[in-house]
Amino acid sequence: MKKKKLILEAELSKTDPRVKMLMVKIKKENYRPDALIEILHTAQNSFGYLPMNVLRFISKEMKVPPSRIYSTVTFYHFFSLKSKGEHTCLVCTGTACYVKGAQNILDEIEKEFSLKPGQVTADNKFGVQTARCIGACGLAPAVVMDDEVLAKAKAEDIKKIINSRIGAGV
Amino acid sequence: MNRQELRTIADQAKTKQAQYKHKVCVCCGAGCISSGSQAVLEKLQEEIKTRGMENEIEVVPSGCMGPCNQGPLVKIQPDQTIYQRVTCENIAQVVQSQLIEKRPIEELLLFADSRPKPFVNAMEDPFYKKQLKIVLENCGDINPEVIEDYIVCDGYKALDKALFQMSPEEVIAEIKQSRLRGRGGAGFPTGIKWETVHKYVADQKYVICNGDEGDPGAFMDRSVLEGNPHRVLEGMAIAGYAVGASKGYAYIRGEYPLAIKRFELAIKQARKLGILGVNILGSPFSFDVEVRIGAGAFVCGEETALVASIEGKRGTPRPRPPFPAESGLWNKPTLINNVETLASIAPIINRGGQWYGEIGTPKSAGTKVLALAGKIKYSGLIEVPMGMTLREIVFDIGGGVPDGKEFKAAQTGGPSGGCIPKEHLDVKVDYESLVSLGSIMGSGGLIIMDETSNMVDVARFFMEFCMDESCGKCVPCRVGTKMLYDLLCKVCNGQGTRKDLDMLEELAIYVKEASLCGLGMSAPNPLVSTLRYFKSEYEQQITKNAAVQGGTHG
Repeated sequence: MKKKKLILEAELSKTDPRVKMLMVKIKKENYRPDALIEILHTAQNSFGYLPMNVLRFISKEMKVPPSRIYSTVTFYHFFSLKSKGEHTCLVCTGTACYVKGAQNILDEIEKEFSLKPGQVTADNKFGVQTARCIGACGLAPAVVMDDEVLAKAKAEDIKKIINSRIGAGV
Repeated sequence: MNRQELRTIADQAKTKQAQYKHKVCVCCGAGCISSGSQAVLEKLQEEIKTRGMENEIEVVPSGCMGPCNQGPLVKIQPDQTIYQRVTCENIAQVVQSQLIEKRPIEELLLFADSRPKPFVNAMEDPFYKKQLKIVLENCGDINPEVIEDYIVCDGYKALDKALFQMSPEEVIAEIKQSRLRGRGGAGFPTGIKWETVHKYVADQKYVICNGDEGDPGAFMDRSVLEGNPHRVLEGMAIAGYAVGASKGYAYIRGEYPLAIKRFELAIKQARKLGILGVNILGSPFSFDVEVRIGAGAFVCGEETALVASIEGKRGTPRPRPPFPAESGLWNKPTLINNVETLASIAPIINRGGQWYGEIGTPKSAGTKVLALAGKIKYSGLIEVPMGMTLREIVFDIGGGVPDGKEFKAAQTGGPSGGCIPKEHLDVKVDYESLVSLGSIMGSGGLIIMDETSNMVDVARFFMEFCMDESCGKCVPCRVGTKMLYDLLCKVCNGQGTRKDLDMLEELAIYVKEASLCGLGMSAPNPLVSTLRYFKSEYEQQITKNAAVQGGTHG
């Protein structure tokens, strides 16, 4: 266990561009504890998720107890302690999308890729997420594939769309 | 920069715009972008350039125009012609036919596929004609990323007027006279809120713009922030002046990256011109704004939770009083207003509280921006005077339910609201009337359901939402929503009994009465209202169950 921790901490070298980016943000916010959420946003943007060693790093730099950081991270849906996958398909399950059949899309993904919302394939290539509402209700049901919003998504097309992003054969 | 320079900028921009024969706006709201408007914009700019018409025709990206379902939309000014579902292949035709030969393209006009005779001037179409745009007046006509575009449309004129011709008390009196009520949902009179914050003495006060639009099915705030961020900024600055705050925070949902980007850009531009910062426009008043990005928690729309979140903590609410007006952000007096409320301020200052107060109904003045979605023909963003009937909104503006299906219910107020059945289609949409039907105005999401929608399932959907979003601080909400959800699942799965229905009704009252904040207090609303109007559907689920059980036993 101790060895594992050492490896994780060795990973976070200050020359890592992601760590540099994080440090720039922390400095820009003047180490203010109230900017914690902003800093976590930056960390998640550069690392893709919030691994424990990153949280420990932030705690040390900002002099905020790890318990407070952990409690904040786990409170907000936006932050994830697990990798979301290289490619993500986010299905909006807001009211309008729900009424217009978002569940069918989720069912189709589960059928084709055996993934439930929040799960990632074993090779970390692809993950499925849901969102409460992305505000594209006029174009329901909406799906966000790797940050690109796809309007009026259809369950029967979703497999093709996902496969074209992650490369066929998955 | 001083006042004179602001006017010079306005004049210069006006002269520059006057030299163009046409202004072509390509809708670049989040809806149209996902329909591919970015490519259309680029193609159009390229086409104008290759034809050497850059000096005659101005092509700009704009905010939301309303009918999101028909996107990508392209609007030609001054003719007010809107083309729908424009693709890169259509561009050459639009330029040749509309802009050069002045011949509108019939089959591309807005609603050409559904109206027998589409209108060349889109503003004559019932979709627009019945609307009254105050908050959205410039949305869709200006480039939200260029501050001069806003200044030309009398932008920052209200701030100028407030700073140099009015005292803070006069500004508050004007807002009180307008009878504007908070557009976030609860409908608290804005003028009174401002007055309360104003009267507390403190070394520092804050203004917070609540852009944590968490209701699923609502996208009004997103569209306003994306389509006209400067209007919100101006409202914040006027609010700051009126209550005596020098610092503002705009709390915007993390799910709205475009709104965040445009609002941050707007702040930067305003600072550069001296509209934000120290001694605004040469007056003694200083005010600056910072963006805070939400991290996906519905409860953060509740004001005390919002304050906790801006302080970098878990967004859990705390009991009120003290209200944030007395002790809010870092225990200082804090004014918290919704995006739409703040976007209504500038027109009220410009045109007077009396003018605004005469719009709408006696108790609910002004206009409301609504997001029409669900099973409706023309989904999108609309703004109507308060007191318009639901029937007019759904059928005249929204075009009714598509595919020949029948209207069943309209859901207002998101997870805190209720369903309005078709018997009450003639209800006036204002704060009091909706409450009397067991729903609420909420932030303005209006989801239409047709005969195929299962109302028990809808209640379960919202209960799951509230259960998920409950912050867990108080027991009635944390445990109550879970129990209500389990019971609803049981009914939905056909295992419910009559006793479960009674239990649902009883428990709903406890959760409503005993919860700490608005989330818990309103969580049972969708359940209670569907039980009130669609009890037969619940009973059907149960009798089905009884029949099945009878079958297995026999």
